[in-house]
Amino acid sequence: MKPEPVLPSPNPYGLHAATIVEKVRESDDIDTLRLQLVDPAVRKSFRFQAGQFNMLYAFGVGEVAISIVSDPDEPQKLDHTIRAVGRVTKAIQRLGVGDRLGVRGPFGRGWPLEEARGQDVVLVTGGLGCAPVVGAIEYIFRRRQSYGAVKILHGVKSPQDLLFRERFEAWRRHPDTEVLLTSDRPDKAWHDHVGVVTELFEQVAIDPARTVALMCGPEIMMRIGAAVLVQRGLPATALHVSIERHMECGIGLCGHCQMGPYFLCKDGPVMRYDRVAALLGRAGV
Amino acid sequence: MRQQQPAKTTKAVTRPRLGVFKFASCDGCQLSVLNLEDELVALGQALDIVYFPEASSAMKAGPYDIVLVEGSITTSEDARRILNVREQARTLITIGACATAGGIQALRNWADVEAFKRAVYPSPQYIDSLGASTPISEHVRVDYELWGCPIDKGQLLRLLIDLLAGVQPRLPTQSVCLECKRQGHVCVMVARGLPCLGPVTRTGCGAICPGMGRDCYGCFGPAEGPSAGPGLPPNTASLASRFHHDLQLIPVEVLRRFRGINGHAKPFKDESHAWEDA
Amino acid sequence: MTPITSPSASPGLLAKSSFQRFIDALMAGGYRVMGQRLCDGAVKWDDVRLVSDLPIGWRDAQEPGRYRLEPTDSGRFFEVVNGPESVKRFAFAPREPLLVIERSSKSFQATPTLPKGEKTALLGVRACDLAGLAVQDRVFLRDAYPDPYYRTRRADLFLVAVNCARALPTCFCASLNTGPKAQAGFDLALTELDDAFLIEAGSQAGRELMPRLPLAPAPEQFLAEAEAQAEACANSQTRRVETAQLPQALYDAHEHPRWDQVAARCLACGNCTMVCPTCFCHAVEDVPDLNGQRAEQARVWDSCFTQEHGYIHGKNIRPAVKDRYRMWLTHKLASWIDQFGTSGCVGCGRCITWCPVGIDLTEELPALLKKA
Repeated sequence: MKPEPVLPSPNPYGLHAATIVEKVRESDDIDTLRLQLVDPAVRKSFRFQAGQFNMLYAFGVGEVAISIVSDPDEPQKLDHTIRAVGRVTKAIQRLGVGDRLGVRGPFGRGWPLEEARGQDVVLVTGGLGCAPVVGAIEYIFRRRQSYGAVKILHGVKSPQDLLFRERFEAWRRHPDTEVLLTSDRPDKAWHDHVGVVTELFEQVAIDPARTVALMCGPEIMMRIGAAVLVQRGLPATALHVSIERHMECGIGLCGHCQMGPYFLCKDGPVMRYDRVAALLGRAGV
Repeated sequence: MRQQQPAKTTKAVTRPRLGVFKFASCDGCQLSVLNLEDELVALGQALDIVYFPEASSAMKAGPYDIVLVEGSITTSEDARRILNVREQARTLITIGACATAGGIQALRNWADVEAFKRAVYPSPQYIDSLGASTPISEHVRVDYELWGCPIDKGQLLRLLIDLLAGVQPRLPTQSVCLECKRQGHVCVMVARGLPCLGPVTRTGCGAICPGMGRDCYGCFGPAEGPSAGPGLPPNTASLASRFHHDLQLIPVEVLRRFRGINGHAKPFKDESHAWEDA
Repeated sequence: MTPITSPSASPGLLAKSSFQRFIDALMAGGYRVMGQRLCDGAVKWDDVRLVSDLPIGWRDAQEPGRYRLEPTDSGRFFEVVNGPESVKRFAFAPREPLLVIERSSKSFQATPTLPKGEKTALLGVRACDLAGLAVQDRVFLRDAYPDPYYRTRRADLFLVAVNCARALPTCFCASLNTGPKAQAGFDLALTELDDAFLIEAGSQAGRELMPRLPLAPAPEQFLAEAEAQAEACANSQTRRVETAQLPQALYDAHEHPRWDQVAARCLACGNCTMVCPTCFCHAVEDVPDLNGQRAEQARVWDSCFTQEHGYIHGKNIRPAVKDRYRMWLTHKLASWIDQFGTSGCVGCGRCITWCPVGIDLTEELPALLKKA
C-alpha cells in the first residue's frame, strides 16, 4: 500500500555550487570563507537566520556542517568560519579564492531573535563558539532600538585564539553595549580579564526579568555557564545554547546528531536550555 | 573503462613517486596492486611507479612520496632495511596482515624458532631468523595501515586516490557484520553455528567469507582498536565465551580462532592467551 | 484488536490449489514478485514465480542468537515466519547512490541519481514488518524534508501481507499491538488456513486485483477460524515489551548498573541495527575517481554501535560499548516516542535472534526498569 502522497519537493541532497570570493586567515587553522552561490536565482532567493548552518561540500571528500557567521540581512554574502580539524575541513582549508564548494542549506533552528525583542541580550561564547553568534549580534545592531542592553562575553584559551578582534572592538562602540573578553592563559599584551568566561558574569549586571541569554562554546562551558545564570535568577526558558554534534545529512534523517530525543540538525543546533539542561554533561547522550 | 584525459601526461614531472617494498610475506598483497587491472593504467599515469620489483626490473632509488610495505620483520637484516625504507618514504603504508600485524608467520612467536631451524636445515647456524615476526609499526612510524590477507584492492585504490588528492584518508574500523548485512548474507554464526569472527573483525573485505557461506577468520584484524584511532578493543571475550559455551568449541579451538592470521594483533593475542590454560 | 470489516474489504476465499493463479495475477499486473525463499539456512527475499519457490515443508525455529530451519509436514505455504531481512531494504536501500558530481573546469555539477522504479510485489509481509515500514514512512516521508529516494522506491511496492498463524519464541508483536494480524498498510492480506487462503484488500490497488482472482465468497466459519488462528497466535507469544512506563522510565534508568552488564556481552557489531525494520541511521560517503573528475555520493546503512557514529572532532560522544547499547535501546524504546510519536520497536524479535551472542531486549528492558 502506498504511503499518503507527499507533495514533491526539491531534492534535499541537491548541491548548489558556490565560489569562494574571499578567504581570511583568522589563525593557524581557522579561515573565514566568503561564498557566493553561482546560480543567480538561488543566490537571490537564499535566506537564512543567524545561528543556522549550511552543509559545505568539498569535491570527492564529503560534507560538513558549518554555521553561517555573516549578517542574515545580507544573505548574498555567506561567511563560514572553519577550523581545519577533520578530513573535510582540511580539504576546504586548502581551497582558495576562485575555487568552488557545494552548499546545501540553510538548515536547523537559529537564535530566537524575534522573541528576544524588547529584552536585554547576553551573549556568552567560548573559543570558536563566537562564530555562530556573530550573525545574531549583527541582526540586533541593525535593529538597535528594538533591544535593551547588549552584553557580549567571550572567552578564549589564549590570546592567539581570539578571532574577530576588530569586530569586538566595533561592537564595543554601540550604545548600551558591553564587550568583555577573557583569556585563560594571557600573554603580556593581554589587557582584558584573565580567567574563564563564567567569571565575567560577576562584572556585568544582568536583570533576570528582562534578559535573554545566548550561549555557544564547548559543552562544559555552556553547562557551567547556564547553571550560573539560572542560579542568578535567569529563567531556563530565557537561555539558549547552540550544541555541536556530528551531522551527515543536515535534515534529520541520518541519525548521527541525536542528543536524547532531539535531532540537533533540525531541532537545534540552537536549543532552549530547559529542554537540554538534563542532557548536557550526561555521559553518552 | 573511462577514456583517460591525455592532458594528464603533461603533469608527469610532478607525479608522486611510488615505491613498493617486500619483507617476509607471500607477495599476495603486491599482487592485489597488480590486480587493479582496470585502474592500473590510470594509476601509472597518476603515480610514478619507480620501485616495484614484483612488477618491473627497473628500480630507481628513493626518496619516495608514497611507499607501500608488504611483509613483516623476521630477520635482523630486515629490521635494518625497514629503517632505511622509512627514511626514504614521505608517506609509508603497510599493506596486509603481515606488515600490519605480523602475519601468519607470527605464529612462531609462540614456538621455538631454534627448534624449527634444527628440524628443517642441515646447517641451521647459517639461518638468520629472529625469534618473533613483528609488524612494521613495531620498528618504524607507519602513516596508514591496510589490513587483510590479502588487502582489498578497492581499499588500496581509495587510499591512493585520497593521498593523490591531498585528502586525509578514512579507513573504516567497524565490524564485518555491517557490510555482511548490507549485502544481505545470512549470518553463518546464527543460522549455522559457525564460529565467525566477523563481529570483532574490521570491515574492508566486502564480507567475502560469510558471503560464501563460511565463517570469517579475522584476516582484516580487530575491529576499531587498537592500532588506529581512538577506538575500543573489540569485545573478543564475549564472542569467545559464546564460541565455547554455546557453539561447543573446546578451549584450544577458541584459542586457535584468535591465534590465526592476525594472532599477533593485540586484542586477538590477548584473547588467545586467555584460553591457554582454560 | 478490532477486525477490519468494511464492506469493500470483505474477504474472498482462494483455494490453495489455485495459489499459482494468484502469483500469476501479480506478475500479469506488471509486478516483479518477491517472497521469502530458502537460502543459506534461512529465508531471504528473492524472485517467486512458482508456488514451489515458497519454502513449503519448512519452518523456522528461533531463539536468542540462533536460527534454524526444520522440516515440517504441515503443508502450509507460509510456515516460515521470517528471516533476517525485513522489508526495509526495499525502500531504504542498504546502499543508495544520491548524487553524481562531475567536475568541469573549476566548477562542478551535481546530478541526483534517483533509483529506477521497478514495480515489486512483496509476497508474505508480516504484520510486524508492515508496522516497521509505517515507522520508516514516518521518518523518511513525513518530516520537513521528505526523502525522494525512499519515496521513489516505496511508491513501487505492492504489499501482500500474510497474517501469522504461528509465533516464534522471539516474537512479541502482540504486546506492542503491531500483530500478529496485519491491521493496516497492506494492499492485500492473506490468512492461510489448512486448505484455503482468505484474501482481503486494504487499498485501491489491492481491490483492483481482487476481481482477477478465482475467489469464492468466504463462509462465516472460515472467517471465525481466521480470527481464532490470529488470537491463538497472539496468545502463544511468550515474550513481551511493556510500554506503559516509557519513555520516561528508560530515561530515568540512565545510570542503571544493568548497562554495564549488557555491555560486557555486547559485541558492538551492529547486527541488531542492521536487521531492525525501523533503524534508519545512515552514513554518507563520497567515492571519487582516480582523475578527480567525478565522484559518487551514496548513503549506506550505518549503526549507532560504530566508533564513527558519535564522533565529533577530538572526542567521541559514545566511546564505550555501554554508551552505544544504551543509545540504541533508549532510542528504540524511548526517545523514538518523543521524536516520532511511536515506538521504534515493532516486536519482530530479529534483534534477539540475530544477535551473535543472543542479547534479548525483552529481558534487558524489565531489568533496566527494576530498581538497582
